[in-house]
Amino acid sequence: MYEIPVLTITLIVPLLGAMIIMCLPAGQHKGIKWTAAFATLISLLLSIFIFLTYDRALGGMQFVETIPWIRDLGVNYALGVDGISIPLLLLTNLIGFSSIYASWNLRERVREFFALLLILIAGVMGTFITTDLFIFFLFYEVVVIPIYLMVIMFGSTKRVSKEYAGMKLTIYLLIGSAFLLTALIALFVQARAISGIASMDMAFLATLNYGVEFQILVYAFMAFGFGTLLSMFPFHAWSPDGYAGAPTAVSMIHAGVLKKIGGYGLIRIALTILPAGAAVVAPIIAVLALGNIIYAAYICLSQKDLKYIVGYSSVSHMGYVLVGIAALNLISINGAVIMMFAHGVMAALFFAMIGNLYEKSHTRNIEDFGGLAHQMPKLTAGFMIAGLASLGLPGMVNFIGEFTIFVGAFGTYRVITILAISGIVFTALYVLRALGRMLFGPRNEKWDHLQDLKGVEMVPLLVLGLAIFIGGFLPFTLMDLINNGVGEMLAQIGPLQIGGWW
Amino acid sequence: MDFSILAAEILLALLGLAVLVLGLALPGKAQKYVNGLALVGMVLILLYLILNFSREASLFNGVYQIDVYGNYFKLLFLMAGLLVMLMAAQYISRFKEKSSEFYALMIFATLGMMLMVAAGEFITLYVGLELMTISFYILTAYLKSDKLSGEAGLKYLILGATSSAILLFGISLLYASLGSTNFIEIGASFSSSAAVIAGVVMIIAGFAFKISVVPFHMWTPDIYQGAPIPITTYLSVASKAAGFAALLRVFMLAVDPNAVFNWGLLLAVLAAITIVVGNLIALSQRDIKRLLAYSSIAQAGYILVGATAANSYGLKGVLFYAMIYVFANVGAFAVATAVEVDTGRTDIEAFAGLSKRSPLMAAIMTICMLSLAGIPPMAGFAGKFYLFAGAIEAGYLWLALLGLVMSMVSVYYYLGVSKAMYIGENTDQAPLSLGWGSTAALWVCLLATVILGVYPGPLSELAGYAIKIFI
Repeated sequence: MYEIPVLTITLIVPLLGAMIIMCLPAGQHKGIKWTAAFATLISLLLSIFIFLTYDRALGGMQFVETIPWIRDLGVNYALGVDGISIPLLLLTNLIGFSSIYASWNLRERVREFFALLLILIAGVMGTFITTDLFIFFLFYEVVVIPIYLMVIMFGSTKRVSKEYAGMKLTIYLLIGSAFLLTALIALFVQARAISGIASMDMAFLATLNYGVEFQILVYAFMAFGFGTLLSMFPFHAWSPDGYAGAPTAVSMIHAGVLKKIGGYGLIRIALTILPAGAAVVAPIIAVLALGNIIYAAYICLSQKDLKYIVGYSSVSHMGYVLVGIAALNLISINGAVIMMFAHGVMAALFFAMIGNLYEKSHTRNIEDFGGLAHQMPKLTAGFMIAGLASLGLPGMVNFIGEFTIFVGAFGTYRVITILAISGIVFTALYVLRALGRMLFGPRNEKWDHLQDLKGVEMVPLLVLGLAIFIGGFLPFTLMDLINNGVGEMLAQIGPLQIGGWW
Repeated sequence: MDFSILAAEILLALLGLAVLVLGLALPGKAQKYVNGLALVGMVLILLYLILNFSREASLFNGVYQIDVYGNYFKLLFLMAGLLVMLMAAQYISRFKEKSSEFYALMIFATLGMMLMVAAGEFITLYVGLELMTISFYILTAYLKSDKLSGEAGLKYLILGATSSAILLFGISLLYASLGSTNFIEIGASFSSSAAVIAGVVMIIAGFAFKISVVPFHMWTPDIYQGAPIPITTYLSVASKAAGFAALLRVFMLAVDPNAVFNWGLLLAVLAAITIVVGNLIALSQRDIKRLLAYSSIAQAGYILVGATAANSYGLKGVLFYAMIYVFANVGAFAVATAVEVDTGRTDIEAFAGLSKRSPLMAAIMTICMLSLAGIPPMAGFAGKFYLFAGAIEAGYLWLALLGLVMSMVSVYYYLGVSKAMYIGENTDQAPLSLGWGSTAALWVCLLATVILGVYPGPLSELAGYAIKIFI
């Protein structure tokens, strides 16, 4: 039967948009922005379509497409989605779509900006929907360079210069990816030695039996590569600086989805293919995750720049995801996946609001503000939704994520989970302190000229806010799907044993 | 005998002679027709070679081999030569002197390379090597009024002659011990006596000089900086590829891998040092020619990784990488040439604001540099994948990790140029003009780098076909 390649279309529309934008005259700002908005809208609608029509009863990889690509390496252009990748695909497009509107007021070098942004969105999307290791890595690295160019061209210089921030972010991620690529090649070579078949298919690679020592080594390499991307302590230093230097849309995509490639890779690739390695290395990851949760939250308490607060807070939240992944059971990994989704929409909303405020006030220092709720009620609502989601208020999707992770992880790591839960207190402290200082209190006349959100500026707030509440009140919409995907994966790799007092 | 088997070489020699004689005989105004003849001639020979690509023959008792492996590299040289000639047109036209000598010498250098890769024994290889190198000595010193160029020519002559002597000494040691200069005969009677080991080490040293492997790289930056940019380009892509092609043939056929001495480890260590030194020194370069010189040292290190592995992926990687390196490097140098022609400068600040003056050139420079750094979806990534997959398969995991980490470090200096182009401010806002030759060369490089990166299948299959003679 002839089928419409839905995933390919979802993937290619932003790229086509980028091409059209490059052909438009540089001064044609309206046309460029609407092209970008239209392209991301199509991708968003298609990913909602995939989300809704994915056959949950059937499970497994669906919407599969396979085209042979490089024969001697066994590379296929292979796409497919399951319960783990669909939430992240949806997340990418929610944020991608919103990020276009968050950049609506851009006036300089508009053409370059939107073309690079669309390439970036397509690249991130590609990593979540491919089932081929080679193609995964290809997409993963494709995104690094547009980000660098966007940071140095459109970023802002505050505490560190944007050139520094951009380069720091790029080099950190690339060094991580060097380890990752070494691991992938080693895996490929080993699989070929065992089975005699050259293949980059993730599902195939997961069926083979590798030696335990090999698994530990390769898993450790991957944990370093993906961990750097996920800003795992102590390789997180690029993240706050990078977000502070980056333009709004890049911060949104980077904090919102790009980081999640790290978590996704740890689950989909590292854990699925190398379960024995995972069982050995996971406790180390869990301990490092505590560094994320507590150390980064502590730093947040002393930050004054809004972007640094959200930057460090995202480092801290990634700690929960890491704990969930490291606990290696169905509930905790479910929690990790939903937490990635939750943190994505929350961080993107936060950055969109910060970007909007900064554009108008030219400052991000919380001490410069006060009583903003008087002048900007809608912006305040956006900040509050993001802030309360961030501290895990029930009713928001983030609560579902954190709760599930803790429930799942407690069985595996008692001490670590108890310490991790204490991180919530810090989160509440810094979020409430920052928001209270900025938004409430007596009216500050200095900011009377600021205009509240209006017109298309509302799009990120509506789209992302809605996602937070739907996920929070109707968690089963996501949870069933994720549970399906993770359950199948764990059934395939069999039981895992983690011992010790952790 | 059937001379049509050697037609490509014979025609190229005739073309070189014709260009040389006509250039001297015709008045200055007719020069451009002579240059056009050189270009058209190269295109026709290239087409002839493509049509006869899979032809195989062994001439003069194995002295000269026509095979797919050789043809692959001949294709590479002709293509590189053609691209360099295209991009050189604008650069050369600035000189009042007769420019046809330039083209004639380039053709002779190409001929030398073609002899080198097809040689089945050491003396023929040496003759080809010398034909190539002597042409390059002259070309390097081609800017008669430029002190740097003259200095570079002299340096290259002295160091090149020394390295040739070492190579020749190595060859004579092998001949004295094993009684033959033919690769296959040497391979059949290979032993691990002291003289043979010394001979092979000297041969490695001789080749290492040509492909600028550390610690035999000292000449590279000075000569790349002093030589006219098109010649620097040609040196970096074609002369290096010729060195690798010949080295592989010698190693795969003549040197017995099961001998007592661990040749693989020796090459692996050389490759590691080359990658580290080339990349680290490149980090601090402020001149585009020196930067690309150190980058080309590092690139030689990556290619050597594939030669070290000496298995199917590794060898395929060498051939694949050598080919895509042509496009990436010629692209980068072509932009550098255009900037030098316009500003007269070669420091990185001269690139400031290029993204506004010529968005196409800035984009091509960035893409070519990223390909050199091995960032997907550029062709360099696929190339590195093959090279390092070969290395890991051969058991050199550490070498692969080192190479990949260093290639990520190299992004720092490659992106430094992009940074200047995209956010540097320049008082001169006038659009940068390009001749049709450079434009054509740039587009070929751009398309090849991107298409071969996204869809490397066909080229890798061709490379796999070419290494059949070894495996």
